[in-house]
Amino acid sequence: MTHIQDAAPERLGKSSGAQDGPGAPAVPAALKRRGRQENLAGFLFLSPWVVGLVVLTAGPMLVSLYLAFTDYNLFDSPKWIGLQNFTDMFGDPRWQKSVRVTLQYVAIGTPLKLLLALGVALLLNQNRRGQAFYRAAFYAPSLVGASVSIAIVWRALFADDAIVDRTQQLFGMQAGGWISNPDMKIYSLVLLTVWQFGAPMVIFLAGLKQVPGELYEAAEVDGAGTWRRFWNITLPMISPVLFFNLLLETIHSFQVFGSAYVLGSQGSSCGPADSVLVYTCYLYDQGFAGGRMGFASAMAWLLLITVGLVTAVLFWSQKRWVHYEEATR
Amino acid sequence: MSALTGYRRKSAGSLAWHIGAFVVLAVVLYPVLWVIGGSLKPSSQIIGSLDLIPTSPITKNYSRLTEGIADIPISTFFVNSLVLAVGSVVGVLISCSLAAYAFAKIKFAGRNALFAVMIGTLLLPYHVLLIPQYVLFQKLDLINTYTPLLLGKYLATDAFFVFLMMQFMRNLPKELDEAARLDGCGHLRTYWLIVLPLCRPALITSAIFTFINSWNDFLGPLIYLNEPSKYTVALGLKMFVDQDAVADYGGMIAMSLVALLPVLAFFMAFQRYLVDGMATSGLKG
Repeated sequence: MTHIQDAAPERLGKSSGAQDGPGAPAVPAALKRRGRQENLAGFLFLSPWVVGLVVLTAGPMLVSLYLAFTDYNLFDSPKWIGLQNFTDMFGDPRWQKSVRVTLQYVAIGTPLKLLLALGVALLLNQNRRGQAFYRAAFYAPSLVGASVSIAIVWRALFADDAIVDRTQQLFGMQAGGWISNPDMKIYSLVLLTVWQFGAPMVIFLAGLKQVPGELYEAAEVDGAGTWRRFWNITLPMISPVLFFNLLLETIHSFQVFGSAYVLGSQGSSCGPADSVLVYTCYLYDQGFAGGRMGFASAMAWLLLITVGLVTAVLFWSQKRWVHYEEATR
Repeated sequence: MSALTGYRRKSAGSLAWHIGAFVVLAVVLYPVLWVIGGSLKPSSQIIGSLDLIPTSPITKNYSRLTEGIADIPISTFFVNSLVLAVGSVVGVLISCSLAAYAFAKIKFAGRNALFAVMIGTLLLPYHVLLIPQYVLFQKLDLINTYTPLLLGKYLATDAFFVFLMMQFMRNLPKELDEAARLDGCGHLRTYWLIVLPLCRPALITSAIFTFINSWNDFLGPLIYLNEPSKYTVALGLKMFVDQDAVADYGGMIAMSLVALLPVLAFFMAFQRYLVDGMATSGLKG
């Protein structure tokens, strides 16, 4: 981002160099022509993106903002109802449930996933043979995790008296089934996201590789143990990467849909008893299955605002815990 | 400490590391191994059994797939998914690389503002656009066609790939395109002859991720397609599961595995690009 902003003064410098004469404010015709050509070229190269922005992003955003204040079923024309969608929402027990389920999913799943990702990244950061193999193997679940196949497999794994249940029993834990138990089912969904820790792991690994080895050597000379070296060197040095992963994973978690929908489809989607009714599941349910497009739009805007706020809070908090090296910026 | 004990300590540490890494890996890949084993077991033995390796392997689960789902051969779903995935890859490569070139190499008025907008779209939850886009395509009578699923790819709405390619283009030596300009190349020729060939790693990464995302996509096809003969593999799988409420676990699992094959094949072939591309760009799979 900074690079692009740097480009402007550079251009200014060039054009002022070309007009060294005393008091000559006019830009030479050739340069002017060149500038126009650049503008035209820029616009032409960007034209698909601009069309996409207007037709598929900015336009729909405005429409969805409007629909959020209407009663709209896709067939009759939208009817303005003011804030009613929002007041309906807050009083709707299923909506409340979807908020609870989503917060549970985000608040438990994201930290666990990052913890596992960091742990494995630390393990793989030691230069051992076969590292590339392990790295790829740990990354694989991230690629397939979002597919319907894995959601189906997950249902089989966590079914009553299936492999996870049985393994628990082997260790003497009480097994009560995950999938058919509404209180437990959300945790099978959480475990599904935790299982896909490969993507943040690879990013952590890239961050760990950047930590200068001299720092550790110096700390070792000073007699710092493993834990202190981790706490005082590794963690601050990778805090920008940790921040990046936290931001990305949190935003993504709020938007989970497919795996919850498939994992929960037993009669009703995202069930039983709405146990995995994540926010987007309810949005889909109301909008596309229930024909309440206005209500669903209001839900979508609330999601947008929530994600925006969470992003803002994370950015605000980074001043306190993210350590950027001044020299490199 | 003598050199020998030092060596011994090192190899003991190495052994411990390998055991540790292997144990973690075994836990992580356990579901995958279980699925592969499960696909070769009779349905009745899948759920209740802890064995990874089937006692008497059968292939019935796979041969059952030749029957198709609801009278539609499984190959139909695969062809549909393939058409969408390849179509998406082509669209993303063309449109995103053009936009990336504009942001990286052309100094046009308003670039900074548009760039900020592009970054902003990265953070926008897709669900805000879902309903109005659906309304739009419904008004245009394009529901149950592939247009809604493909159009965005040709209009560079995947800002992540624009960003990825742009970062890559900015790191190319400036002298190259300056020399091209001096030789009289316009932007189009510089883009096509100089920049694109040098961007191959970024293009490959984007292509793989687009293919896999398109293959795994569930929400898009779920909303826009309503005729089973147009369904993708993801929807076909879902249909298979719904249809078999009696729990034909064997068939279900075999089908799931077959549906994963293209993604796994891509992964095996390109995992080096993928994992490195991930690390440098922070791209999500």
